[in-house]
Amino acid sequence: MGGWIYTIAFYVCAALLVASALGVLLLRNLFHAGLSLIAALFTMAALFILLGAEFVAGIQVLIYVGAIAVLILFAVMLTQRIAEEKVKRYTRALLPGLAVALALVIVMILVTTGLTGYGFTPFATEDTVGDIGKALLSTYVLPLEVISLLLLGALVGAIVLARKEEEK
Amino acid sequence: MHALFGWLNEKWTALIEWLGLPDFIVPAGQMVFDGICVAGFIAVLVLFLIWLERKISGHAQDRFGPMRVGWHGCIQTVADAIKLIQKEDIVPARADRWVYNVAPFVAFAPTVIAFVVIPFGDGVIVKDLNIGILYLFAITSFAVIAIVMGGWASNNKYALLGAFRSAAQLVSYEVPLVLSVLGVLMLAGTMRMGGIVEAQSSMWFIVYQPLGFLIYFVAATAEVNRTPFDIPEAEQELVAGFNVEYSGMKFAMFFLAEFANMFLVAAIATTLFLGGWKGPFQPYIPGEVWFLVKALGLTALIQVFRWTYPRLRVDQLMSFAWKLLLPLAFLNIIVTGLILVLR
Repeated sequence: MGGWIYTIAFYVCAALLVASALGVLLLRNLFHAGLSLIAALFTMAALFILLGAEFVAGIQVLIYVGAIAVLILFAVMLTQRIAEEKVKRYTRALLPGLAVALALVIVMILVTTGLTGYGFTPFATEDTVGDIGKALLSTYVLPLEVISLLLLGALVGAIVLARKEEEK
Repeated sequence: MHALFGWLNEKWTALIEWLGLPDFIVPAGQMVFDGICVAGFIAVLVLFLIWLERKISGHAQDRFGPMRVGWHGCIQTVADAIKLIQKEDIVPARADRWVYNVAPFVAFAPTVIAFVVIPFGDGVIVKDLNIGILYLFAITSFAVIAIVMGGWASNNKYALLGAFRSAAQLVSYEVPLVLSVLGVLMLAGTMRMGGIVEAQSSMWFIVYQPLGFLIYFVAATAEVNRTPFDIPEAEQELVAGFNVEYSGMKFAMFFLAEFANMFLVAAIATTLFLGGWKGPFQPYIPGEVWFLVKALGLTALIQVFRWTYPRLRVDQLMSFAWKLLLPLAFLNIIVTGLILVLR
């Protein structure tokens, strides 16, 4: 198969990704927006596969679609009448949100064009899973542990916050 | 099996060359053929499994089960399927039509593509992905989304309650499920389904990983919503749970996915713990037969569970997953890791 099939697949996935991401923002019904989010995350996994990163794609679907998106849907369903059109969908934090998005776009452009010194070198290996595992437990063991601690802190914090509400 | 597929492949390639069609039709045709094989296998399998379920249920209750259509009712399911196809397709008036109509397909499609990485025999596997087992867990996590979609879109309180329970249960049991197979992956050193079976040439992994197998099997029974973990569709409380409003072919799609999923978890257990297609008298009894015997045996075991254990309450269900299965799964990983390092 020629490279053009990959090109077509990439543009189809990219178009679907942008469309479903817009759906998350623009759909009036929050439940539909949640489903749109699932579609966006799933097409992103498809893009990872096109890039040869099957492991990242698998994890993406397992964690984001299988757990996080489901919890979002769960929360939407538990909240009464949240799917109605009267519900406000935007917060007042529009300006900070825009600022963060803009900063992210700038960083992405800098990194992908290699203007910063940090440019990445894409590489493909046969044994992606093994390489990722070795890298995580040798070169990147400190960041991994720091992230674990951060997540643990978030977990404990969430429980503490939920408990407080209960006592009132 | 292998020889037959090889022969078909050769003839197909020759035919395309003879017709002078472009090259990419060869792999495209292979994909279509693979798809038809998987879908056909699932259809026949589910017809058999539903019959088996009714027979086991019948005999467990000291009656015969279906007896009228065919020998011991063996084509009863075919008759039922024809009946379901003829039924009127009813959509509740205040349902969310779009989500309601899509949900059965979201339930069925992941099941079909999950069968792609099941190794039925030596080389009899559609695609031996190098993330095999991870792919399976990722793709089967879509089941809960289908249930939530169906339950929410039906606009029915029983369906919604079923969807709630299902979301809570499936997300909880997925954690011990994934952790329980890590011991096997550490022993095999690969996620490739074929590689895991090859690693069990001398000894089945159930011998080294008895705890892992137990945790996997219990969590998998919960993942496919079978008794004693069937509160998402508890008939006595919720009528039928998330699929109560569905009728005709859409109901059949949910049903098909459920039974195919039950075989799927049994097939994964066979591959990971029971040596897959490996078995004695290998050249005389083909590996495919061994695989089907083991996987169908485990499926029948899940069906027997239904008549052996009472249903768990919601709080029991949650504490069982988080306070018993999860710590045991971690213990299993730690002990396996220690043994591998110290050996």
